[in-house]
Amino acid sequence: MSFSFSQENLEKIAALKKRYPSPKALCLPCLWLVQYQEGYISLDAIDAISEQTTIPPMEVYRVATFYTMFHLEKREKLQVDVCKTLSCKLCGADDILQHLESKDVTINHVECLGSCGTAPVMQINDKNYENLTIEKVESILEELL
Amino acid sequence: MRECKIVSKKFHLPNSHTLSVARKNGGYEALEKLKEYSPTQIVAIIKASGLRGKGGGGASAGEKWELMPQNSEKPSFLVVNCDESEPGTFKDRQIISYDPHLLIEGIIITCYAIKAKQAYIYIRGEYKEYQDILQGAIDEAYGAGLLNACDITIHRGAGAYICGEKSALLESLEGKRGHPRLKPKQKEPEWYFGNPTLVNNVETIASVPFIVQNGAEAYRAFGTQKSPGTLLFAMSGHINTPGVYEAEFGTNMLEYIEQYGGGVKNGKKLKAVIPGGVSCGVLTAKECEGLTLDYEALRAVGSTLGTGGMIVMDADTSMPEVLKNILEFYHEESCGQCTPCREGSGWSDKIMKRVLDGEGSKEDLEKLFELADTMNGKTICVFAPSISIVLLSFLTKFRKEFEALVL
Ligand SMILES: Cc1cc2nc3c(=O)[nH]c(=O)nc-3n(C[C@H](O)[C@H](O)[C@H](O)COP(=O)(O)O)c2cc1C
Ligand code: SF4
Ligand code: FES
Repeated sequence: MSFSFSQENLEKIAALKKRYPSPKALCLPCLWLVQYQEGYISLDAIDAISEQTTIPPMEVYRVATFYTMFHLEKREKLQVDVCKTLSCKLCGADDILQHLESKDVTINHVECLGSCGTAPVMQINDKNYENLTIEKVESILEELL
Repeated sequence: MRECKIVSKKFHLPNSHTLSVARKNGGYEALEKLKEYSPTQIVAIIKASGLRGKGGGGASAGEKWELMPQNSEKPSFLVVNCDESEPGTFKDRQIISYDPHLLIEGIIITCYAIKAKQAYIYIRGEYKEYQDILQGAIDEAYGAGLLNACDITIHRGAGAYICGEKSALLESLEGKRGHPRLKPKQKEPEWYFGNPTLVNNVETIASVPFIVQNGAEAYRAFGTQKSPGTLLFAMSGHINTPGVYEAEFGTNMLEYIEQYGGGVKNGKKLKAVIPGGVSCGVLTAKECEGLTLDYEALRAVGSTLGTGGMIVMDADTSMPEVLKNILEFYHEESCGQCTPCREGSGWSDKIMKRVLDGEGSKEDLEKLFELADTMNGKTICVFAPSISIVLLSFLTKFRKEFEALVL
């Protein structure tokens, strides 16, 4: 499947290039732009990023696979990232995880989301949902599914 | 315990993230001082204030600033560390969402002092919501002509704890995997594409305007001799009112937990506290008695102050389960460059699983001690030594709980 950056994204890239001493710095910003544009990062997109950043495609690929928030495959279902780290665990994350098992979503067990004071926490589409209870999870999913 | 708000002064105001509210409440007034002081004078004031880095290490900020060349042919850079991924830590997030202009003001002053024209804020990928607030504030600052002398660019990470380590962060900012670099023997700046670079935590930079405006002594009026000033301490876990509450260094830990945290949840007894993010050695309730929150006091009990993000655990908490949870985190987040870390984090996690499943043996516990030894001090960064400290603190202080599982 072929890939090309949207006009809007090409403009963003051009503006960003002025802010860094090397185009190589644009690797992560470009990976983000691709992921928002296409939903995932295809091999063709990696070639396009390589062209923009002067980083060899294989290296862009290595970078993309290092960071857990980049996806190299299409994701169909609603993605629910649930924090399973200590503060959330102490505040009942296991119950939330168990409850989610019965739902038509993809559950990702993630590490601390920086919301430990409002645990337990999950993140959907870049948004944090805090102080979770089973009832709260129910109403959030009802709205999103 | 006296209330002291240096960084969190405006947090409670409605629309505190906007330029107009910031301005009405003293925001950007410290910039006036830049007409009075030269860059080197600003560096001297920061050094005299005793400001210590608030990202976990507590290094002298002034000494780090002094390493930046004042007359370099290469451009200098400021990098603000907003990776905030240490479990139990959620303070920088309060600054960027409740007073982003304080951070921007601090960045403008710091760039002036180190003669940098470009500042990057490296923010963890999971903070998109707060990143948007911060970007809004930066746009407002540009609109008001506040960013004529330096540019601020937000750079978004993508889910890698290790990118909080400053050299890994710079690698990531150069478009690479977040692999920590070998440390130089001598003191020198950090390097970004070969250019001299200063890396400081969000809260460190947000403390700068107060110091520049009020002077080093005003800052030293808070805290202790060796740990001057305040910190956005935080509490989570089994606590009635978790959250972030600024306090001065030297504050009594249990009083802090009682006063701001409302004590342990459900009226239970305190069992243990991890003082500043999971990478600090755990403390028993007894060790917390009389303990003060400053770098020296925590070191004296064999732990560290870290980020000041305390995780509180009640009497019913299973310490082997807590240790397993922390080991999973390390196993997941090791960058994999060093063999003792890559293998040790995985092994210790697997061994603890076996122990918790009731299939462990005494030898397994011995093995954990051995692994702790192997991971200590033989790696590129202090990630692996932190695992050792954590392992040893749990295994020795709560030994009986672990032994009961392998009988
Ligand atoms: C494994 C590891 C993770 C770290 N994570 C962070 C972090 O998320 N935020 C931060 O400010 N510093 C973090 N640090 C500390 C940084 O390396 C660096 O010392 C700090 O950003 C310097 O700023 P400061 O002197 O103002 O604290 C981490 C260090 C290590 C070893
Ligand atoms: S100690 Fe661990 S995290 Fe640090 S560089 Fe080595 S492998 Fe990476
Ligand atoms: S432990 Fe879950 S958000 Fe920090």
